[in-house]
This record gives sequence, structure tokens and C-alpha cells, in this order.
Amino acid sequence: MGVLIMAAVTFREALRKKLVWIALAAGLAFLALFGTGLHYQTKDFAERGMNPMLRREIVRTMLTLGLYAIDLLTVVMAVLTSVDTISGEIASGTIQAVATKPVHRWQVLLGKWLGFVAMLAGYLAIMVGGVNLLTHFMGGVTAHHLASGFALMLMEAVLLLSVSFLFGTMFSSLTTGVFVLGLHGLAFIGGWIEQVGAIANSPRAVSVGIIASVLMPSEALWRRAAYEMQSQIAGAMRMTPFGTESVPSLTMIAYAGVYLLLALSLALRHWSIRDL
Amino acid sequence: MMPSASDLAISTRGLRKVFGDKIAVRNLTLDVPRGEVFGFLGPNGAGKSTSVKMLLGLVKPTSGKAAVLGKPCGDVPTRRKIGFLPEHFRFYEWLTGTELLGLHGRLYGMTHAELRTRVPALLELVGLSAHQDKRVHDFSKGMLQRIGLAQALLNDPELIFLDEPTSGLDPVGRRLVRDIIKQQRERGATVLLNSHLLSEVEITCDRVAFIKHGEVLETRELNGLLEEQTSVSVRAARLSQATLAGLEQFASDIHCEGEQLRFSVTSSSALPEIMRYLVERGADVYQFTPQRLSLEERFLEIVGSDGGL
Repeated sequence: MGVLIMAAVTFREALRKKLVWIALAAGLAFLALFGTGLHYQTKDFAERGMNPMLRREIVRTMLTLGLYAIDLLTVVMAVLTSVDTISGEIASGTIQAVATKPVHRWQVLLGKWLGFVAMLAGYLAIMVGGVNLLTHFMGGVTAHHLASGFALMLMEAVLLLSVSFLFGTMFSSLTTGVFVLGLHGLAFIGGWIEQVGAIANSPRAVSVGIIASVLMPSEALWRRAAYEMQSQIAGAMRMTPFGTESVPSLTMIAYAGVYLLLALSLALRHWSIRDL
Repeated sequence: MMPSASDLAISTRGLRKVFGDKIAVRNLTLDVPRGEVFGFLGPNGAGKSTSVKMLLGLVKPTSGKAAVLGKPCGDVPTRRKIGFLPEHFRFYEWLTGTELLGLHGRLYGMTHAELRTRVPALLELVGLSAHQDKRVHDFSKGMLQRIGLAQALLNDPELIFLDEPTSGLDPVGRRLVRDIIKQQRERGATVLLNSHLLSEVEITCDRVAFIKHGEVLETRELNGLLEEQTSVSVRAARLSQATLAGLEQFASDIHCEGEQLRFSVTSSSALPEIMRYLVERGADVYQFTPQRLSLEERFLEIVGSDGGL
């Protein structure tokens, strides 16, 4: 019961924060821009009598780019909204009135985590749904394996959320934010090194990328999501910046899952024993 | 007669808390019987708040034992019977007063039906009925303290921890806190009052513990404490040196300047005898005024004027 109460209050809190609404407004502005660009693109393609197959692949590339932008927005939102929730409430003393109620500490933290997961899932559903609806109605295209792609994108956000929770039980808000975004930045650069290394046929560069993914598998989740959602033709033709030259394996996805659960478990453990 | 374990709301033995190389609480040994309003007195940094946090399970003791309502401190089911007003009550500012109490009530496991009657009654009690739909963000410091007090009383607790409850309150608010503590005592609840306002403790508490450097220096009944040591001011003529010397058998700190005589006694029961002694020795007594030691004087005497720094 304590978990649900905390989840509900955290979800409501997230909705009352300006940051979420600004992120949503930015997302909607992005969708409007995306839709306008797509509208003129498809109009020009039709006027030129472009091959329908090529036309569809270009729209699909646009869709992948759109999803990439959404992924970045979601990552930033996952970190910025959650970064203050643990350390901030400890520092302000807000947590004292909650942690002395007849609920276990782990219930408080898990409830908060679930509240954020619900908020992120809602945000991602609106954005991923929005961009797919636009490409569907304007170009007759939706993402391949949309469900698994969506799940992987959500998993990436939840992974960063869990790491943010873990650091939040140990460090100040600012330190937590720097740590989590720093780790994601490392994974981001590692992902590109891996990709470019694969194109340039440099196995050692690929290994560097994989090591970065082991340290923080967030970017690997996005690259797997991109692989799932784009067509094989686009991937093979390297038509997008998310080529399938070096796709994160299912083992890496499973590793990311273990990483997420471990971060959450450690956060719960440390939270349960630390002084408040 | 020593109270049995089940009669004690709080019982600690050698409770100690060390943060890094700083000893916050050195050795807290304390028994608080049920139904008592107990004051925790000590200078800033004496370890009062850390002690309360250990009793509530917010801070883990480095060593020692503590039982709250007969269970180890931090026991989750026992928290159903405990209310707590933290020193600086802060809460989600986007909630209204009603929502805040509703949330805390649900955390206590109260049903919606219970909350429908309990929340308005508590808002009324702390004088916030008119502000029930105002967001906590717009609350003044005093209003925050009042709503914090209300959340500490939601579950009709058996034991209430009040950490500086009058902080930020005006005289009307302070009076309200005193009245609420009195009501809780009449209801049979135990109250642990952490305060640096000695006058407040003097009015509300049955017993006090003087704490310095995280150690209980003394625990005393408040009435007994104040009656115990009395300073006496006398105006009398014809006081001989021999009379003053003989006075030493009853009193201490004897000072005499002309007709003004001052001395201290350890018990007010000695006063009639002293009066008789002076008259029998031929003194003309015009005034004889016992002055009880204020809690502040007693506090300074026990804790020291350095405030424990």
C-alpha cells in the first residue's frame, strides 16, 4: 500500500513540476516542426514522382531521426526530474515526516521509482505515438517492431532513472546529476566509436565502444531500439546515423536489464540503512 | 517503585551516535514512563535532535540499546502509534493543507472515511480551517509548523515527538501548542518535547532531562526541581556576626550588606526554622522572601554558561 501511495504522489508531483510541462511543450513543438517538414517533403516527393519505395525509406529515415530526438529528450527528462527527488528530500528534511510513518523505507523509494517510471512511460508514449502517427498519415510508414523499440527506449530511460536513484541515496543532487549525465555521455561517445569502428573495420575501436556500453549500457539500448524500428534496407544502406554495422547483442540488452535491477536494488539497500 | 518495561514509553541504555570523528550523542540513558510530558533540555548541538532521530529509526545508533513503546526503535508497526513533528517541518509544497494531511493519514493506514472526519477536525484544532485549500507553498512559517503539528496528531498517537514545536510561532501559536500538549497528556499520551525555550518546558513538562555533549546530566521532576533550591532575600535589622555565622547550619551562599541578607537553601522546608532562628537571635525581620530558582538559572547551573560549546 505504501508503494502505491508514494507512486501516486510522485506521479502527481512530476505533473506539477514545470520541467515536465516544458519538456512536453518542447516535445510538442518538435512534433509540430517534424510534421511540417514531413508535410513539405512528401509533397515535393509526390510532385517529382519519386519512386514510392525510396520515398518510404526516406520517410522512415525521418522517423528514426525523430525517434532519436525523442530519445534524447526522454533521457534528459529522466535525469533532470529525478535527480533531486532523493538527495533533495534528505537535505530539506522533507523525507523525515514520511520515513517515520508505518511504511518500510524500501516502499517509499520503490513507490517514488514507480511514479517516475509511469511519468516517463506516459511522456514516451505521447512522443513516440505522435511521431509515428505523423509518419503514418503523411508517408504511410510506421516503425518496425514498434512495441519492442518502445520498450527498449523506456528501458534506457528507466536505467538512467535507477542510476540517478542510486547516486541520489549517496550524493547531493548536483553530484548525482553530473555523475549520471557523465556516464550517459560516456556511453554515447562509446556508441559512436563502436559504430564508426565497425564501418572502418577496426575491431579495437569496436571493443572500446563495447567497454563503454559495459560501463553504462544506456546508449546500447537506444541503438538496439533503432535497429528494431528501422527497416533492414535503411540499416544496410547506412541511410541513417544509426546503422546496423555493430548492433548491441541480446546479451548486451540482458546485461542492461541486470544493470538496471542491480542499480535499483543497491539504491533500495543503501536507502534502507542510511541515516536520514 | 521502578516502572516496569511495559510502563515505559521510551527506554534507552548507553545510546551513542558517532558521525565520522564527531560524537553527536555520547551516552544516552533515559527512561520515560507512559503518560508523561518529558522535556529534553540542552544547548545547541547537545545531541537532542540526533537522539530523537535515533528513537524514531531515522538515524542508526552506533551502539547502545533503545526501546520505544516496548519495541526496538525503528520498528515499522510501532510507528502506527507514534506522531512526529520534525524540527523544521517541510513538505511537498504543491499540496494543499487538506491533501497533505490526507497523504500522511493514508501512510498511517487510515481509511478515506476516517480521514473525512479527522482531517477537518485537526485543521480546526490547529487553526487552519480557513486555509485548508491553500497550497503549502503559500504557507507562512507558523502555518507550516501548525500543519506539521496536525500531521503528528493524525493517528491519535500514544507517543508524540515534538522537536522545537513552537519554532516560528507567535504567542498565540505558542499558547496553542501548550494547550494541545495539555490535551494529549489528558488523553494519556506520552509527549517528548525537545525545546530550547525553557519557559515553555517549565510550563508544559512533568520531567526534564538536561543534556550536554549527548549525555544526560540530570533528570528531574520539574516541580521538585524548582522547589528544591531556593534563594531567600531578607531585610532585617540587628543581625550580629554570631547570628550570621550560625545561619550556616541551615543555608549556604550567605551575603549580608547592612540590612539586606541573601542566602540559599536546598529545601523550602528549612524556611520556617530559619525564620524562627533569626527572631530568637534578636533580629528584627521586616521582609522574608523566598525566590524559587527559575529553570533558566537551574539550566545554567547544570549545563554551564558556556552552553556546552
